[in-house]
Amino acid sequence: MSQTDTLNDRTLVRVEGLTKHFSVRIGAYGETKATVHALDDVSFTVKRGETLGLVGESGCGKSTAGLTLLQLHTPTSGKVFFEDTEVTGLADKEMRPLRQKMQIIFQDPYSTLSPRMTIGNAIGEPLWLHNLATEQGGQERIAELLGQVGLNPAFAFRYPHEFSGGQRQRVCIARALACEPEFIVCDEPISALDVSIQAQIINLLQDLQEAYHLTYLFIAHDLAVVRHISDRVAVMYLGRVVEMAPKDRLFDNPLHPYTHALLQAVPVPNPRQERQREHTVIRGNVPSAINPPSGCRFHPRCPLAFEPCDHVVPEWREVESDHWVACHAV
Amino acid sequence: MSELLEVQDLQTRFKVRKGYVYAVNGVSFRLEEGETLAVVGESGCGKSVTMLSLVRLLPPAGRIESGQVLLRGDDLLALDQRQLRDVRGGQVGMIFQDPMTSLNPFINIGTQMAEPLLYHRGMSKKDALARSAELLEMVGIPDGVARLREYPHQFSGGMRQRVMIAMAMSCEPSVLIADEPTTALDVTIQAQIVELVKELRDRSGVAVIWITHDLSVVAGIADRVIVMYAGYIVEEAPVDAIFEDPRHPYTVGLLGALPSLGGETGTRLTTIGGAPPDLAELPTFCPFHTRCPFVIDRCRSENPMLEPVSGASDRGHRAACWVDIRGVTEQTGGTVATEQ
Repeated sequence: MSQTDTLNDRTLVRVEGLTKHFSVRIGAYGETKATVHALDDVSFTVKRGETLGLVGESGCGKSTAGLTLLQLHTPTSGKVFFEDTEVTGLADKEMRPLRQKMQIIFQDPYSTLSPRMTIGNAIGEPLWLHNLATEQGGQERIAELLGQVGLNPAFAFRYPHEFSGGQRQRVCIARALACEPEFIVCDEPISALDVSIQAQIINLLQDLQEAYHLTYLFIAHDLAVVRHISDRVAVMYLGRVVEMAPKDRLFDNPLHPYTHALLQAVPVPNPRQERQREHTVIRGNVPSAINPPSGCRFHPRCPLAFEPCDHVVPEWREVESDHWVACHAV
Repeated sequence: MSELLEVQDLQTRFKVRKGYVYAVNGVSFRLEEGETLAVVGESGCGKSVTMLSLVRLLPPAGRIESGQVLLRGDDLLALDQRQLRDVRGGQVGMIFQDPMTSLNPFINIGTQMAEPLLYHRGMSKKDALARSAELLEMVGIPDGVARLREYPHQFSGGMRQRVMIAMAMSCEPSVLIADEPTTALDVTIQAQIVELVKELRDRSGVAVIWITHDLSVVAGIADRVIVMYAGYIVEEAPVDAIFEDPRHPYTVGLLGALPSLGGETGTRLTTIGGAPPDLAELPTFCPFHTRCPFVIDRCRSENPMLEPVSGASDRGHRAACWVDIRGVTEQTGGTVATEQ
């Protein structure tokens, strides 16, 4: 859980107007150029020691946000600050020392580990790349890292295929921890795992956060998981953040109609409540990010849509302290 | 309610290079007319293989070793291929997890939808297409006539799943088997599909077998729940009892591992330590004993049978466990904590 002492209550990562467009070719022969508006004018901050949850449906740009923030995609426009350094526009060489502090855990532990590399080497590679250990050295550190994520240090000489999905995800976490990062982007780290294994990984991430004062950007589509692990939550829809607030306020008093609809759609694991609950289902599908709707991108599906929604982009504003929303109707 | 489907002692195994994988090990259950039965378990627990065995859609390596599947008294396992075809898509409709791969990308939706109607109902092509258009509108796809000429890639994931549901329901089946139908979908689309299936079920009276790994979805749709582990049914109960009075440690563990949207914050999730067992041999012990916090000596030497639990509010509440876990869970405040 978050550190509440005042020293740590500082901004670690600040994102200002981050935008990422991809050029694609569409049509049967790729004859038409088009732009995917994956991320448009996104701003948020992550405080030191907290977990910011980033939720949204597939294709809403939440993974793009994580990757662009880490400069794994070059942003189309906008700025990212880590501590007080602007990382956007840094050359690779200047970026490299910062990468030690900013790590990522991906969704699929099957495709993120090389099948031909022992897990000890997979975990040791960042150490060697950053010259934190010599190629032969670092074995002690690798054993220590394996222990920290709940794996037997003797596993260092095994290959990924010998491990289950949950164990592989532990390896990926150990690798992300190798350089003693301060900030980790967790990009759907549990979506590919079974329920009972998910709980193990969530608990592990929380323990590690406490032990090493880590800051997480936790990207997920499962709202219950996000509520469990986050301190604050940002909701994305079609490339834009529509609402951001401390988690209890967001879940108990959602202001944006999309957040409201999203929460309504989540099934409650309690049959009696579920029978009584009102089931208002949001209409339609998420439109394409190639030609996103004008104005507020949610307006074609929004029950509250009125006059300005289809042509004026709603302002991203703080309606009450630390509760941000982009909606004309609020 | 009267009995529609009865499965007795179903055993299915797969031939692999090193021997066999015992996927389904003596599963018995019943399905009443019009009821919704949820089958819950983690990957590899045998829930999908069980349901594929019912209509004998197993891949070549899979073999049904024994058992009976009685649909209104007829044993599906004794039918020849021709008779079986009349059942598949006729009396038993199926929807699969991945609507992207269940439709043929080269054939337009209309032709694919008309096929079961032509075969099972002997309709003319014209009538079958007209009926298909009606079915599309019934599952919430407007402008059905025009959309019949379109191809699967022109539909979104949720829409394709609607098409699959329309096809499965087209011959008015008495059983609809839905194998993780919402797993590949986003949460708002999942809610749409769940509401759609409920509505169709209530209107047509079809009995539904809903296979899922997600207990939250089960709460909203099921009448009864079967929990599977390592090819066995470990608990069976009405939906309220599963959530309020679970009797198998595995069920308790699954429930504890669910974070709740209601948000009791700061609590740790209870986890089930370890991983499911290898199914290369038939266990002579309780398959859950290595992960179970209530384990006693007997669990290591004998595999418990599914038996009615004591003091249950419903006669149909059965669990396969040597220990009466009620007393034990009360002491620990109703949770099973097995930290790794």
